[in-house]
Amino acid sequence: MSLRRLAPDQPTSFAFTPENLAWAQKQLKKYPEGRQASAVVPLLWRAQEQNGGHVTEPMIRVIAEMIGVSPIRVLEIATFYTMFNLKPVGQHLLQVCTTTPCWLRGSDAVVAACKKHIHPHAETVSADGKLSWMEVECLGACVNAPIIQIGDDFYEDVDGARAEAIINDLRAGRKPKPGSQIGRQTSAPEGGPQTLTDASLYTKGG
Amino acid sequence: MLSDKDRIFTNLYGVHDWRLPAARKRGNWDGTKDIIAKGRDWIIDEMKKSGLRGRGGAGFPTGLKWSFMPKASDGRPAYLVVNADESEPGTCKDRDIMRHDPHTLLEGCLIASFAMNAHACYIYVRGEFRIEYKRLEAAIEECYAAGLFGKNAAGSGWDFDCYVHHGAGAYICGEETALLESLEGKKGMPRLKPPFPANVGLYGCPTTVNNVESIAVAPEILRRGAAWFSALGRPNNTGTKLFCISGHVNKPCNVEEEMGIPLRELIDKHCGGVRGGWDNLLAVIPGGSSVPLLPKSICDTVLMDFDSLRDVKSGLGTAAVIVMDRSTDIVKAIARLARFYKHESCGQCTPCREGTGWMWRVMERLVTGDAEPKEIDLLLEVTYQVEGHTICALGDAAAWPIQGLIRHFRSEIERRINAKRAGSRASVAAE
Repeated sequence: MSLRRLAPDQPTSFAFTPENLAWAQKQLKKYPEGRQASAVVPLLWRAQEQNGGHVTEPMIRVIAEMIGVSPIRVLEIATFYTMFNLKPVGQHLLQVCTTTPCWLRGSDAVVAACKKHIHPHAETVSADGKLSWMEVECLGACVNAPIIQIGDDFYEDVDGARAEAIINDLRAGRKPKPGSQIGRQTSAPEGGPQTLTDASLYTKGG
Repeated sequence: MLSDKDRIFTNLYGVHDWRLPAARKRGNWDGTKDIIAKGRDWIIDEMKKSGLRGRGGAGFPTGLKWSFMPKASDGRPAYLVVNADESEPGTCKDRDIMRHDPHTLLEGCLIASFAMNAHACYIYVRGEFRIEYKRLEAAIEECYAAGLFGKNAAGSGWDFDCYVHHGAGAYICGEETALLESLEGKKGMPRLKPPFPANVGLYGCPTTVNNVESIAVAPEILRRGAAWFSALGRPNNTGTKLFCISGHVNKPCNVEEEMGIPLRELIDKHCGGVRGGWDNLLAVIPGGSSVPLLPKSICDTVLMDFDSLRDVKSGLGTAAVIVMDRSTDIVKAIARLARFYKHESCGQCTPCREGTGWMWRVMERLVTGDAEPKEIDLLLEVTYQVEGHTICALGDAAAWPIQGLIRHFRSEIERRINAKRAGSRASVAAE
């Protein structure tokens, strides 16, 4: 539990783009008639993405109207779920996992790199507006710790130097390659899978 | 070591294509229609005989859970909800199923839904798993295009729809009733039980919530037979299991192994051993952050299954093995987990909302030794006041790691307190 409030400065309006509106209408159909409130998290998420990474007050009103609930119901979703950012973030937001499995593998060095190369304080946009970082709880890729999530992508097996390289790439407008930063095959042990080597497994049916 | 031919997740590492044609070559969606033709009772009975216990942490028998669903509808629809809100620190197995082997899960969704009279299934994926969410969406589209979902799904005569839904960063939504609240568009706050979801679940309708792995292993169990699955592992702890081994091992990885494998064998064979060798081991958290840690002396011989780990006052949980070598600040490692639970408490029940913060603050002082010796027992007492006094198990989960630390490493905590006091006495004397 932590105190989460909307930022003091708010825009006056929000509207989904036509593409996102069409997408949202499709989402509403996933749920039985009269249960459209179910779509609140996906809709708010898409709105946050459209808005460059944070939720605004007009956005909450627009979505409340779309799903037929009072705005307070959407506000409490925005403040309860921590992936909703309530104030502006950098063009790229680095979410650094620091829970025990990542910490054991050196997430302190990743945090240090973010402090040095982005901003000394978490959740504060860098001077050039391009980057911000925050600590997050377990991202669920613990055998590839430490991990940074940027947008949809996980950057795995990072350390201080690799985090710095990722930050430099982003700042220069290049997209770093997601996944393991030491070239591992996903969650297999370093050096390649020791199991699932029986070729007959892959020619069974179909 | 488990033989490759007994492994269910044959594309665990994503070496091969996840799409439907390749999944069929691995044996997915083979004879699904015939399995369904054997009927609801046969499926549930076979699941019971297999001995499968839920893979989400609690280890409740899956077949039995399915049998709680009403046999006939009273006019309300029934739902299957798949819990893909994988967030227990240390755990990253469902992620691999969803991104690399989605058809094992989707075939399971159809069969399980049929077995519990459900025509619709929702898969609730944690918000951070964007890639996995999109992968499931794409795989579901493949199923509709191939006639495996929709009207007369897979030629079974059963109409079936499957939807993927996502959260937005709340560990508590892994608790099944909090997940249902979240899926209904509310804050993820657990419900009081009873009523249980099998009677009043999603939208007030009969619902079963199962972990991804529990559903994804079902088709293979039914294809090969309960006898095959129950012959693996040990009595009451049958089958194969995905293990996630993280922390201070030479090669952290996910691997599917037989239930009951010795912890040491798991680490030595699959992970290249503990960093610095087995004798450099300090402690292991064997089942995700919620279960009490085990010191090396127990790790030497313990088996990795529900009953063996319960017997040493820990648990299999999600089978997420967090390894800590002798360089680890063990008090800090557990203090970090205390901070996790404080962050993730939904705030509904006072003992958890206040207790998690209180326990975390004391733990932080124990890290530096800035405490009174009697505070160790006071902290232990508070963990017992939180445990069992909340609506859901998050309070218990916050209490257990601290209890495990005090049980096995009390002398280390005392050492720090004494060192701090000796230090401050020395500095007072120097003044």
